[in-house]
Amino acid sequence: MKLSILFAALLCIGSGWFDHSAFGQAETRLRVERDFDENGFLQPVPVSISGFSGEVDSVLKHDLLFMGIKNVLPTEAKYLISGSNAGRVEGRVIQKSTKEQILAKAYTGSSQRSQAHALTDDIAKALTGLPGIAQTKVTFKVETGTSIGEIYIADYDGYNAQAVTRDGSLISAPCWGGRTTLFYSSYKLGKPAVFSHELTSGARHAVARGPGSSMSPAVSPDGRKVAYICDKGGSPNLYVCDADGNNVQQLSRSRDAESSPCWSPDGRTICFVSRERGPANLYTISATGGTKRRLETVNANNATEPAWSPDGKWIAFTSQRGGFDLFLVRSQGGVAMPLTSGEDPTWAPNSRTIIFCKGPDHGKVLSLLDVPTKQFKDIARILESNSQPSWAP
Amino acid sequence: MINMKLQKLLYWVALIAITVSAAGCRKGLEKTTLLPGYGAGAPGGKDSSTPLDPNAIAIKEGGIPVSERIGPDWKPSAEQPFTRETVYFEFDKSSIKQGETSKLDRIASEMKQKYRGKGLRVEGHCDERGTEEYNRSLGDKRAHSIREYLARAGVDPQMIDVVSFGEDRPAVSGHSEAAYAKNRRGEFVLLDPPR
Repeated sequence: MKLSILFAALLCIGSGWFDHSAFGQAETRLRVERDFDENGFLQPVPVSISGFSGEVDSVLKHDLLFMGIKNVLPTEAKYLISGSNAGRVEGRVIQKSTKEQILAKAYTGSSQRSQAHALTDDIAKALTGLPGIAQTKVTFKVETGTSIGEIYIADYDGYNAQAVTRDGSLISAPCWGGRTTLFYSSYKLGKPAVFSHELTSGARHAVARGPGSSMSPAVSPDGRKVAYICDKGGSPNLYVCDADGNNVQQLSRSRDAESSPCWSPDGRTICFVSRERGPANLYTISATGGTKRRLETVNANNATEPAWSPDGKWIAFTSQRGGFDLFLVRSQGGVAMPLTSGEDPTWAPNSRTIIFCKGPDHGKVLSLLDVPTKQFKDIARILESNSQPSWAP
Repeated sequence: MINMKLQKLLYWVALIAITVSAAGCRKGLEKTTLLPGYGAGAPGGKDSSTPLDPNAIAIKEGGIPVSERIGPDWKPSAEQPFTRETVYFEFDKSSIKQGETSKLDRIASEMKQKYRGKGLRVEGHCDERGTEEYNRSLGDKRAHSIREYLARAGVDPQMIDVVSFGEDRPAVSGHSEAAYAKNRRGEFVLLDPPR
């Protein structure tokens, strides 16, 4: 399948939080051809990268690999990316066959690493049409000692990691409510309670706390609602409440353990895990209540940890048979496709890249995955064990 | 007289345990009416007018709502009599195994007599062969299964608190079936009421 997409490359406009200055000039209209695989994912765009050195060179190549752009020999490339990082980072993208210039930009401010990320985001947007992810953040759980964990945030590639909590208690299931607020479940008060945590001020609020345990929060895409698991009725069931904890509503009424809710991007449906028919399976339910429906995941047993892609098309999840494996199924259910071994997937805003974790308990590591090519790369581990990643919107 | 009562009680407890383990395997406890409430007869018994226990309560469809009485101000007692009564579970199951009920019967009897007025915290745990939040819910369900058993045996459920640690606090480390079997468990902490 080939699609020709006309897009405008604005060469003079700076964006982001640091100063861009451009060395290109006029607005140009260009035709970029894109190939898609049988599942509708963009085939990796072949490019050849030259002129960069050291950290900037490796950042560019790593970023592009996880945004659907592959670095090949100049003879096989469709686009030539050239530039330099002597002083500021500068980059230029030229369509090889037509010699048309698609992008030309220079970056100033912050670090060369940040400038390189900004350049790859611009390249990804120009060549794939998908939002760049090089400047996005992830949150995850870090085990800092026996039975103790803290919540961290880091760049998507694991750099610039910093602790968000310093509670010295059990903590779990961090997720984002917008780009500046985290939600998680902490045992700080004795048993699990859901908290919101504003990253800019450090202010925390109890969203769902006793009686009973409140676990596994998931914030709706508009940031207004929180789905979570609560056992106050005598069994772990699915609940929703407002982001401030008001208007609590019980959605599922099971006598078995329900777990791991996530939201559809339109905020209308929640996907979660139920054991109602024996082993774990994925179910969907209207976010305003109703009957839960089984989501078929043919070829993948014991499905848990669903993650709905931001474009709404896919649900990635963990299947268990012996070890853990990541699978992909269309959001209406069907035959599940194996991706790689690992657990707890979360999607990047580009609906192409996933971060997940793998390894034995208390020794887990986070890994990035380019879904259509199944290429993955582990990111540097912090302390003993890293798990439960969640990608910022 | 007391002996006879006790015998009768044990008989019913054993009968229920068998029903639980037989019916609870495939679908958990969902559709299984294990025991009617106070004053009604137990299923299949000869003396249908004999209640299991005068304090036994009816368990509603959703389970027994959590205790609103026991809060963080209830602290572990100096004496911990139930450290040897840890209850073990089968893989991916939350129903009480038949062989584990005698431990719960002992705990129930002590909670009703010797430790009347004290609280009990049931801590549910899992092995590592489940995903993290799945295990947090499964451990919670295990703790609730134990609480329901104790409530049926006449312990006031308002005096029983539950918490799940999922796979976060294994009893033993290691990645073998022997280690897993020891980690799928329910532990008990006796609690003193706030002064």
